[in-house]
Amino acid sequence: MPPNVEVSRRTAFCLLAAASVTVLPHAGHLPPWLVALCVLLLGWRGAQLLDRVKGLPRWLVLGVALAAALAIKIDFGHFFGKDPGVALLAVLLCLKLLEGGSPRDARVAVLLSFFLQLGLFFYDQTMGVAALALAGTLLAVTALFGLHQPRAPLPGLLRGAATLVLQGLPFMLVLFVFFPRIEGPLWGLPADAHSAVSGLSDTMEPGSISELSLSDAIAFRAAFAGEPPPNALRYWRGPVLTEFDGRTWRAVRTTSTAAPAYQPGGPVYAYSLTLEAHNRRWLLALDYPDAGLDDLLYADDFQLLAARPVRARARFDLRSRPHTPVGMEESAAVLAAVRRLPAQGNPRARALAARLAADGADAGTIVSRAFDHFASGNYTYTLTPTLLGAHSVDEFLFDTLEGFCEHYASAFVFLMRAAGLPARVVTGYQGGQVNPIDDTVVVRQSDAHAWAEVWIDGQGWRRVDPTAAAAPQRIERGLGESIRAGDPRPLLMRPEFSWLREFRHRWEAVSNHWNLWVLGYNEDRQRDLLARLGLETDWRTLTLATGAAAGLLMLALLGWAFHQRRSADPLDQAWQAFCRRAARHGLPRHAWEGPLDFATRLADRFPAHAGELRRIASDYARMRYRAADGPAAVRELSQRIRRIDFT
Amino acid sequence: MPHRHATRLLEAAAQIILGKEHELRLALACMVARGHLLIEDVPGVGKTTLAHVLARLIGLRFQRIQFTSDLLPADIVGVSIFERESGAFRFHPGPVFAQLILADEINRATPKTQSALLEAMEEHQVTADGQTLALPEPFFVVATQNPASQIGTFPLPESQLDRFLMRIRLGYPDRAAERALLLGEDRRGLLERREAVIAPEQLLELQHAARALTVTDRLVDYLHALVDSTRHDPELLGGLSPRAGLALLSAARAWALLEGRDHVLPEDVQAVFPHVAGHRLHLATDGRPVPPATLRRLVEAVRLV
Repeated sequence: MPPNVEVSRRTAFCLLAAASVTVLPHAGHLPPWLVALCVLLLGWRGAQLLDRVKGLPRWLVLGVALAAALAIKIDFGHFFGKDPGVALLAVLLCLKLLEGGSPRDARVAVLLSFFLQLGLFFYDQTMGVAALALAGTLLAVTALFGLHQPRAPLPGLLRGAATLVLQGLPFMLVLFVFFPRIEGPLWGLPADAHSAVSGLSDTMEPGSISELSLSDAIAFRAAFAGEPPPNALRYWRGPVLTEFDGRTWRAVRTTSTAAPAYQPGGPVYAYSLTLEAHNRRWLLALDYPDAGLDDLLYADDFQLLAARPVRARARFDLRSRPHTPVGMEESAAVLAAVRRLPAQGNPRARALAARLAADGADAGTIVSRAFDHFASGNYTYTLTPTLLGAHSVDEFLFDTLEGFCEHYASAFVFLMRAAGLPARVVTGYQGGQVNPIDDTVVVRQSDAHAWAEVWIDGQGWRRVDPTAAAAPQRIERGLGESIRAGDPRPLLMRPEFSWLREFRHRWEAVSNHWNLWVLGYNEDRQRDLLARLGLETDWRTLTLATGAAAGLLMLALLGWAFHQRRSADPLDQAWQAFCRRAARHGLPRHAWEGPLDFATRLADRFPAHAGELRRIASDYARMRYRAADGPAAVRELSQRIRRIDFT
Repeated sequence: MPHRHATRLLEAAAQIILGKEHELRLALACMVARGHLLIEDVPGVGKTTLAHVLARLIGLRFQRIQFTSDLLPADIVGVSIFERESGAFRFHPGPVFAQLILADEINRATPKTQSALLEAMEEHQVTADGQTLALPEPFFVVATQNPASQIGTFPLPESQLDRFLMRIRLGYPDRAAERALLLGEDRRGLLERREAVIAPEQLLELQHAARALTVTDRLVDYLHALVDSTRHDPELLGGLSPRAGLALLSAARAWALLEGRDHVLPEDVQAVFPHVAGHRLHLATDGRPVPPATLRRLVEAVRLV
């Protein structure tokens, strides 16, 4: 490819498309001014290619580059880390397109866009992003092809690029399987590794869960080995809240051990839980986790905890026994903590509790009386309850009479404590939808729930869900069935969007596979797979082996290339040496160009040596295309080629 | 050096047809390769003059046939007429019995008439009244077609186009050539006074010399790669046939001879390729003949060491 020659318009468009497909998906995490700048620059390049505007002068391109770098420094405060790096590369790519159409610029732009396509995965690793990155790669490779075949039609270029990308597939698979998986985020840099993620927290106040309930985002998925348990048994335990200040419930410190504090019993459900990152340690296991789960901790409030906060989507193989009796021997300290109430406030609720506990009723009677109170039909289950004031329990129980699960759980536990029973609030998720495509239970943020636990002597901790009293269908059939008409619902629960639900089911089934097999291929799974292949190894050995294999492959390729060159005909070699020398002096031969045509161009460019250049070319042509001269003639020709001075 | 004849011929022709050295050379190469020539262009650019000049300068017997829609095969081949004196049929040869035939506006005649001429071109003989009559040697057909006017014409089908070794376009003369044309003497008058510069036998010599040119394996590989590339090109509807490959080789030999070489180079193949392949290849999209840019691209897609 001769320097100082513009790449073809087709190639330039390919490059522009590649850059657009690469830069625009970054828009979500780049500052808005930078996105606007990139769009402007790409648009300008497009208009320039359509001959609507002139190209920018070089000094302006340089000025914009410097200004953008300065602005990035001001905006991010530094140049380190992936965010400012990606921002800088995005601007540079857009400017490179504007800088000029020489093949060298084009090649740099292709490399930049490859890097930015890789950068997409810093932020998101879903299938959609993989598809976008692949599209960008394909376009960039097409542009690369276009550089070498300026007149080839676009379909041919695209096919060539697609073939090349497909040829990379085996290498990709081998590297995917064998490249050492290193635990922890490879690119996670301190500043931006753990940002806020929506989900449960370890406090609860009126409105905190109903807010969550409008989100369709997936909290986790559970794939059961057999039939999943019925909806009414699907209580996924999150933070257990003990402390109450009259308005807000808070968790207290718990201790956790490697074995559960209870004797697991009853039927067992085995499932694998794929948890979305929530930056917390709790795993939201189904009540109550079975004993013997490796590497996990059992908290004394029956939560199952991971050793570290879950900062990336993770898969856990779990077992639960919902009918296990728990808390038979609870410590006095815990029982004292779950009886405590604020000294003041909510007088009417306290009076109600006294009535529930009248006639020296036993614990079971008090619980069922309270349950009946909620089941009386006076209470409405709604996502948009009236806001509550200082005596939140009183106002809910006697004035507004409408609430979401946190209102019911909070009021119920308050009544129990006021009646002298140990009780606490448990938050988590309830139910979840079975995806008919792959039979996994998909639990969304909208399934967030709060319920109550009462400790009864001799029975231990018993789950009581007051929401089930007021709105039994919430527990039996889920949220969509149980909220009153006219309330805002999560989009997917609206009946008119059944087709959307169907589509979503399919999409989620596919992306679940993606999560399990592509993203979930971690260190452990790699070890398992290699063990199954008979390769017991750790990641260090694997690094060495992969590196060695790559090195050997490179050596083999080099050797092959060298051999090709060695085995070539000496006359061809002499001619190629001539062409290389000419290329170094700025006039490469076109791949299709015959010797005499090339000599004509050379003679125009180097008139001082026109005669010798033409003689060399025509001697080569004669030797090549008339009759094979002896090796002496070939040697003589290569000497003349070595002697020629282009300057 | 056989090509001396060619040089003399081209120099003489260039004095009459101004500014068309390349086209004249192609036309001569076509004759040296024993092929027929199709000239496609608008009227008035000198198609007829070109045929005249070649005939005159080589001393070939020239016949012009103006193709019209009512032209019959017998008008070309000839007809047997009963003669009272001898009491027998006597064959009156048609205009095809000449050494250089100008078939003007060949696409105006019916396919039946066209095929009478095309048969003669292929076989170098005609059949009349059950008798097979050989045509004189050398025998050339220069046919012209006007691509602009399509009404009332019968465009040559692909199989017939294949009979023409080359198709060329003349195009308008450049400024200097046209000035000289306008200021100078009448071309016909100029031509009338010219004597032949070579004899028909010398043209036959050129033809023999072209066939004796060296063609190495390397060149055949290149030519094959070029022909083969047309067969896998998504832009094209079908590729070049083996017969077209032979045509390309003989045209390249003739071109190399006119260049004064005794061996064929890739440059020779590249020089004639657009004119040999142009009327044999069609676009996949709409079946139109390939544009020059595509032909250029085909050449540029085949690597040379």
